[in-house]
Amino acid sequence: MFDVIFEMMSYTFLVRAVIVGFLVSLCASLLGVSLVLKRYSMIGDGLSHVGFGALAVATALNLAPFTVSIPVVVAAAFLLLRLSESSKIKGDSAIALISTSSLAFGVLFLSVTTGMNTDVCNYLFGSILAMSRADVRLSIVLCVLVLVLFILFYHKIFAVTFDETFSRAVGTRAGIYNMLLAILTAITIVLGMRMMGAMLISALIIFPALTAMRLCKRFKTVVIFSAVSSVLCFMIGITLSYWYSLPTGASVVAVNLAALVACSFISWVKGGLQK
Amino acid sequence: MALITCREAALGYDNGIVVSGLNFSVEAGDYLCVVGENGSGKSTLIKGLLRLKTPVLGEIVMGDGLKPNEIGYLPQQSAAQKDFPASVFEVVLSGRQSKGGFRPFYSKKDKAVAMENMEKLGIAHLKNYCYRELSGGQQQRALLARALCATEKLLLLDEPVAGLDPLATREMYEMIRQLNQNQKLTVIMVSHDIRSAVEYADHILHLGNQQLFFGTTGDYLRTDLAKRFLGGERRV
Repeated sequence: MFDVIFEMMSYTFLVRAVIVGFLVSLCASLLGVSLVLKRYSMIGDGLSHVGFGALAVATALNLAPFTVSIPVVVAAAFLLLRLSESSKIKGDSAIALISTSSLAFGVLFLSVTTGMNTDVCNYLFGSILAMSRADVRLSIVLCVLVLVLFILFYHKIFAVTFDETFSRAVGTRAGIYNMLLAILTAITIVLGMRMMGAMLISALIIFPALTAMRLCKRFKTVVIFSAVSSVLCFMIGITLSYWYSLPTGASVVAVNLAALVACSFISWVKGGLQK
Repeated sequence: MALITCREAALGYDNGIVVSGLNFSVEAGDYLCVVGENGSGKSTLIKGLLRLKTPVLGEIVMGDGLKPNEIGYLPQQSAAQKDFPASVFEVVLSGRQSKGGFRPFYSKKDKAVAMENMEKLGIAHLKNYCYRELSGGQQQRALLARALCATEKLLLLDEPVAGLDPLATREMYEMIRQLNQNQKLTVIMVSHDIRSAVEYADHILHLGNQQLFFGTTGDYLRTDLAKRFLGGERRV
């Protein structure tokens, strides 16, 4: 087991992937608890599709991928939040509209410029080779920023997640915290997208939170369990993908699914024993 | 000066006024019940009192040093909350969220106040229980304890007994009465349950997209309006 890990660490690209993946899965799992409980899971999915569109345009025009996609996806996060808060357009269909449109736009743009090649497949399902040295540096800085903001506003995020109306009533500016959540999610998604793939990145947000909720009964333990499970699943997933030459993103999602099933089973057995 | 005074206030949304002609005042220590049918403007009035909505006409004034974020609000429960993984203590403590300003964490005093309010409502032993595993009555008490954490003066309760069984309903009403009488908390309660409203409250505000009645419960019972509504319920 350790031999495999040492062997993996001798490849620079794998070390980069592990560092970025570790941080991204940590951030995603923390934000995910709030997003899942607020019924915002689909926003994560929508944002990753927007990210694909932005990435496609950036590559076709030979621009730095992060500098294009981060602002675009953050802007999309603003828009999606506005749409899901407005009562006139139903949030879920608005998200579906925006995500499929950006996907279509990205594919059209790519086929006109560079053509549909393996790059497209890498964007959709992830590639472990995607990270350059500069990308890693930017990812570390942004992930640390996400973590610090999450810890500083932890209690406010809990309050707004649990009961937005009450928070507004006692003078908490719930809108700002929703925005903060959406922006942090947007950044996390863009950072993780190229490794995990646009189709798969939202799993990192949704799975750990759901897994933790099977077993934990307090918000704080849900958050901690979700973080631990997310990081563990990522590590196991990337090791398996190296060992059996499987695609990384899909392996990580499969391990997350296994964890969810296992925890659901444990909670079912526990429930049965109590009765 | 009264805690809250409405003068010729009207509240509404972009597409029109929902409730108008509001002229009433709430003194410290009052127990006011707001009654009326669905769509009569009760929820809109709550938003106005919480300063989440500014009056289209007239004004709503706070007096006696009452700040807008010092209202202990008990909202109606949302579906998402009913299966929320949080301990009772975490929920109650969040009532103190606006007390710390920009301080990111709760102080010892915040935690002490939360404990004190849980003891007051008899849910201290449920401190580490999961909110979603409580009965409806216990959940409502946890939310009431949270509201108490946010206020020392005024409780604003939105349908506090909705979805509770008869026993839990009675307990909830008794608890609110005690808070009003023993803790000298002012209570504004919005309710469908007009029968309990006249039993517990000392003032009644009856809405029907405008102010139909405001005054003491005794005066209210002598109006035709009250006879019609109370009589109407008996037939049902």
